[in-house]
Amino acid sequence: MKYLDEYRDEKIARGIVAELGRRATRPWILMEICGGQTHTLMRYGIDEMLPAGIELVHGPGCPVCVTSLETIDKAIEIASRPNVTLISYGDMLRVPGSRTDLFHVKAQGGDVRVVYSPTEALKFARAHPARKVVFFAVGFETTAPANAMAVWQAKREGLENFSMLASHVLVPPAIRALLSSRRNRVQGFIGPGHVCTVMGYREYEELIREFRVPIVVGGFEPLDLLEAILMLVKQLEEGRAEVENQYVRSVTYEGNLLAQKVLREVFEVCDRKWRGIGRIRESGLNLREEYAAFDADRIFGTVGVTAEEPAECISAEVLQGLKKPTDCSAFGTRCTPENPLGAPMVSSEGACAAYYQYRRHALTAKAEH
Amino acid sequence: MPQQTKVDVALSCPVPIAATESILLGHGSGGRMSAKLLREILLPALQNPVLDRLNDQAIVDVGGSRIAFTTDTFVVKPLFFPGGDIGTLAVNGTVNDLAMGGAKPLFLSLALILEEGLPIDTLRRVMESIRVASALAGVVVVTGDTKVVEKGSGDGLFVNTSGIGLVSSGVRLSVDRACPGDLVLLSGTIGDHGITILSQREGLEFESAVHSDTAALHGLVAEMLRASGAIHCLRDPTRGGLSSSLNEIAERSNVSIELQECAIPIRDEVQGACEMLGLDPLYVANEGKLVAVVEPAAAESILEAMHQHPLGREAKIIGSVTDSHRGMVTLRTRLGTSRIVDLLSGDQLPRIC
Repeated sequence: MKYLDEYRDEKIARGIVAELGRRATRPWILMEICGGQTHTLMRYGIDEMLPAGIELVHGPGCPVCVTSLETIDKAIEIASRPNVTLISYGDMLRVPGSRTDLFHVKAQGGDVRVVYSPTEALKFARAHPARKVVFFAVGFETTAPANAMAVWQAKREGLENFSMLASHVLVPPAIRALLSSRRNRVQGFIGPGHVCTVMGYREYEELIREFRVPIVVGGFEPLDLLEAILMLVKQLEEGRAEVENQYVRSVTYEGNLLAQKVLREVFEVCDRKWRGIGRIRESGLNLREEYAAFDADRIFGTVGVTAEEPAECISAEVLQGLKKPTDCSAFGTRCTPENPLGAPMVSSEGACAAYYQYRRHALTAKAEH
Repeated sequence: MPQQTKVDVALSCPVPIAATESILLGHGSGGRMSAKLLREILLPALQNPVLDRLNDQAIVDVGGSRIAFTTDTFVVKPLFFPGGDIGTLAVNGTVNDLAMGGAKPLFLSLALILEEGLPIDTLRRVMESIRVASALAGVVVVTGDTKVVEKGSGDGLFVNTSGIGLVSSGVRLSVDRACPGDLVLLSGTIGDHGITILSQREGLEFESAVHSDTAALHGLVAEMLRASGAIHCLRDPTRGGLSSSLNEIAERSNVSIELQECAIPIRDEVQGACEMLGLDPLYVANEGKLVAVVEPAAAESILEAMHQHPLGREAKIIGSVTDSHRGMVTLRTRLGTSRIVDLLSGDQLPRIC
């Protein structure tokens, strides 16, 4: 298929891998930030192709995985109330909260719906004025503008039965937190291509000044990722630490200014708790005071809901790239997509689920040899 | 250097949910949740050697004749879609379940569950489709039942069809007969039906030239059986897609199936929609396709017979049966690497970004 097959070409891929082999004189540990990139790496078995010594660890860029337990609990509580329709993206329904998940709330009679776009939630709210329609808005800078636009539109229309449970997170503060950790192993980052399509990559320059670590903004197709890896290895081997842009067909330095404007209009930066990582300063987006009338957290009085996350699995270490999913003793046995112990096993973008879904055979083969 | 955020690495993870206690939508997906429901709740109550084969149809001996018997219920939304409607599906679906056992389909039953408020004209249109589809397939609806439920207790119209057919004495097709060395044939493009339905769903409408592939496959099967007796299993990959059918074969036959990604035919419209929605076409439903596991020596002649039939023109060899990862389906990717094609847990969910 045009515009896809070009980025999945075996010959070119082998060429890049050969070049990597020539360039890399020592081992390097790289992290892809985005869960979509993890998914591609596993789905195409790119880890199988890389020269020995180039290790990829998987970052926290899976919106489902990092949404805090208490936020899930809030959504579950709101969805369980009469007269409420809770609308979200499909993946969110399976994420376990403290006691249940949204699929079970739906099975018990709660009105929980899946959409592809927040404007569908707006449409539903207009058509059902007697129902309180809540959009459960998660995700990084990628999904935030469309969600901001929905709230902006609702305010303009005076749509009183629409609100948003917003739990957006930001990438640069997460990278800062990872690099600040004493246990950090990552020597270079594949930057999140979709996030940077919206935000540009100016803000990543600051990280480089602070930490002297190369960042290459990468795409999501196999050749995008291989090229980004090669660009990182070249920088590391040459002792450079710069922001480079591999995903030029989508990402510009400034990003999408219109999207950034609506983001600033509707959201403000706040501290945010990340599942598996903990609280990170100024790492989230919440609705501004001017949009308080659309803030589901305030409308439904769930502001104070907290949840303690018990120490069952190693998702904290997985989300920080300190461990691989397969280092977990529960992987594939006590923790499976049917019975996830942690969020990374839920979403198709989660590192544990990606390993489980695509790479299990390679692991058993290794164990047998 | 500015003040840096210190990260408290606290191990944190949700508590697992105890055993699922109510039916979830995922139990009807054809994936791992469906299989578990079947294994733990449904089969233990009914155990018998015919049912335990878990084929799409039961084949039983009645007075010296081999009778194929099957049933299927249809709950599609919307009721009408490009390429067909719930009526065409109800006829072709049951005919195909019989055909996958190598049977000549003969008679159908038709049971309707109507929701209060359903426009009579809708029912009239569906009945006309059933008339046309059964005439095309050469089957006769010889018995039926109608029930009406209160508004809110159904979703407009549910249809159940059961069917019986005759199996010739030499034909022995079963999901547990795949052997290492066999080849896997696919009759045409995958994902057409599922993407058509998705494109029509409320809240998701997108323009697409693709239409459902719903069709009765017994004519194609008859041609294949005429070409060779060396066919071991046949499946029509409906709900759960190609991956679910192949996983069932791999598990029941205790073999591994290795697919070649480049060999699997997919329409550009379907591939494009899947890319946009974050879906894998291997898990998207079909209603007029079959996979066949055949002896390698007979593959070419069977393929040739398929190519002669209108429903098998795009048939291809898409993989082979091995013994390397028993019970698993793997795929040789475009990049020459290998990955699993797993049975999904529940329904395939669209990704967030």
